[in-house]
Amino acid sequence: MPSTAPRPAGRSGRGRRRGAPPGRPALLLAALCLLLAAPAPGQEVPPLPADPPAEAARPQPPAPPPPPPAEVRAADTPSDSGRSVTVRWSPPAEPAGAGGPLLGFRIERATGADGPFAAVGQAPPGAVRYDDTGVDNGVAYYYRVVATRLDAETASAVAGPAIPRPQWINTNQWNVFLILALLLGFNLYFIEHIKAGGKPFIRKIAGLEAVTEAVGRATEMGRPILFVPGIQDMNDIQTVAGVTILGYIARTTAEYDSRLTVPTSRALVMTTARETVKEAYLSAGRPDSYDESSIYYITDEQFGYVAGVNGYMVRERPATCFYMGAFYAESLILAETGNSIGAIQVAGTAQPAQLPFFVAACDYTLIGEELFAASAYLSGEPKQLGSIKGQDVGKLLGMVSIVIGVTVLSLALVTGWEPLRRAAEFVREFWSTELA
Amino acid sequence: MMRRTIPLFITAFVGSILVIAYFIPHPPFDQLREDFSIFFDIIAAVAFILGGGNLIRMHGNRVSRREKGYGYSLVTVIGFALVLVIGLTKMGNPDGFRNSSVTAAGSYFDLAYQYVFRPCAATMFALLAFYVASASFRAFRAKNVEASILLLVAFIILVGRTFVGAWLTAWLPPSLDFLTIPYLADKIMTVLNFAGNRAIMIGIALGIVSTSLKVIIGIDRSYLGSG
Repeated sequence: MPSTAPRPAGRSGRGRRRGAPPGRPALLLAALCLLLAAPAPGQEVPPLPADPPAEAARPQPPAPPPPPPAEVRAADTPSDSGRSVTVRWSPPAEPAGAGGPLLGFRIERATGADGPFAAVGQAPPGAVRYDDTGVDNGVAYYYRVVATRLDAETASAVAGPAIPRPQWINTNQWNVFLILALLLGFNLYFIEHIKAGGKPFIRKIAGLEAVTEAVGRATEMGRPILFVPGIQDMNDIQTVAGVTILGYIARTTAEYDSRLTVPTSRALVMTTARETVKEAYLSAGRPDSYDESSIYYITDEQFGYVAGVNGYMVRERPATCFYMGAFYAESLILAETGNSIGAIQVAGTAQPAQLPFFVAACDYTLIGEELFAASAYLSGEPKQLGSIKGQDVGKLLGMVSIVIGVTVLSLALVTGWEPLRRAAEFVREFWSTELA
Repeated sequence: MMRRTIPLFITAFVGSILVIAYFIPHPPFDQLREDFSIFFDIIAAVAFILGGGNLIRMHGNRVSRREKGYGYSLVTVIGFALVLVIGLTKMGNPDGFRNSSVTAAGSYFDLAYQYVFRPCAATMFALLAFYVASASFRAFRAKNVEASILLLVAFIILVGRTFVGAWLTAWLPPSLDFLTIPYLADKIMTVLNFAGNRAIMIGIALGIVSTSLKVIIGIDRSYLGSG
């Protein structure tokens, strides 16, 4: 007689597979359990056991407010033209606090110690200073700093009164004044020294030594000389330096009776260059050779100017090209075009980014300070040569400062001695133009 | 005499005042730099009339005399006149003549700027790429020891700034990271190049101060054409 009892799983070697639906006895057992658990009619359903309360939902004691900024001081901003008050405070001992991070500080201002205070600005967390520039001179102001958090804020004690006033001396720039005074003193000393018969050693500047040769070559070839005074206006000191060199070149050109062309990108440079060249021709005794139309304005636009100058170079093929002044991206376009027509090229600029281009494409390049020394170098006047020596002493001062600063700072880092660190910091700040 | 004395006096006066103003923040010195800057802008704007007039006169003469290459001058004169007219009359300005900007979008002036001037300027700027290539080819020829060093450094910088630099030396173990090309390129730029650049900048700053002093106290008068 065949048995109807269910075969226990696992015994036959073909047990129920994992995930297969349960067999009939299992279903019956589950249904029985549900019936026993179901409440009788009218019986109140007991509440299900609640989940353990979440931390956030649990009633929390209110977070303490953020600590107020301490030691708030408000004072007239020093060394300024007035209309500014500087508010300083000490950072809170616990910037984060128990209630979360600070959002920052709100600076409030009033004209009376009792208020009413109005917000005048915000400072980020970690800030310890705020300059209020929306004030009038001679008026007393009171300040308080409010530490703000998302859910709370705390105001500091009231600071003040602070009365903004303009100052007569900018004490922040004492170092610039000192350096300037030293340079002026060195310049004047060497000028007097050379006037009294002193013979300074001035190293040869190849680019300037080549000026006469370059002008002579243009004369021999019967081709013009091109002078490009940069693309900046007369308020740029590089343009001034370029125009001073133009004066010397114009005199040499007048002596050699060669043609000089000066296309400019600024109308003021054109008028200044005309005066300079005219005076140079006069001093060379060749006023009749001066041609005003050879100094002309093209355009203020950078690449329009380059197109005009390049066109001239390709058509007229000048034998010598001078580039003296402030240049930007056009430097290489000009110098490479000049190179392609076989011109002798002498360049000078104080734009460090353009120097490699000129060095690569020109025969001679005046690097930075050489451009400014050119006028003195070419004139050979004692007064001007003295200024070169003064400039050199300034450089020496800078070099000594760098060596001292590096040595002291290295020693401070190695030894950890605080006075050395301060000394290194002093040297660094001495050469900084932004002393606080 | 007066032609030199008066410019020298003006230069000395204005230069000295501006130097003093740097150290005196009190009014009226605090505004002087800005005021003089505005004065300069006014003078430059007036001088532009001089420059524009000179441009027209010079190129007009070339055209009228049929000088060599006068066609270029003709293009210059026509371009100048055209832009001047459409700018002054605000031709094609969608907002009309009054209460509208010369450079308003859609105006003929704006169209000339967008579709003629800018492409021409961009073309000139694009030429720079070719000039950089030709100048580099000439500068980086290993003619001597110095040029060879320059070539090597340039190679490291060029390769180090691209993915190739990292790829070529990726096989180096972390302990030899300082030999990777990007690392070397970075150090060359931030240490060697920066130091050299600073030296040039210090020299330039001293040169500017020295030149300014020479011009202000009247030692250097070369810009007036005299030695």
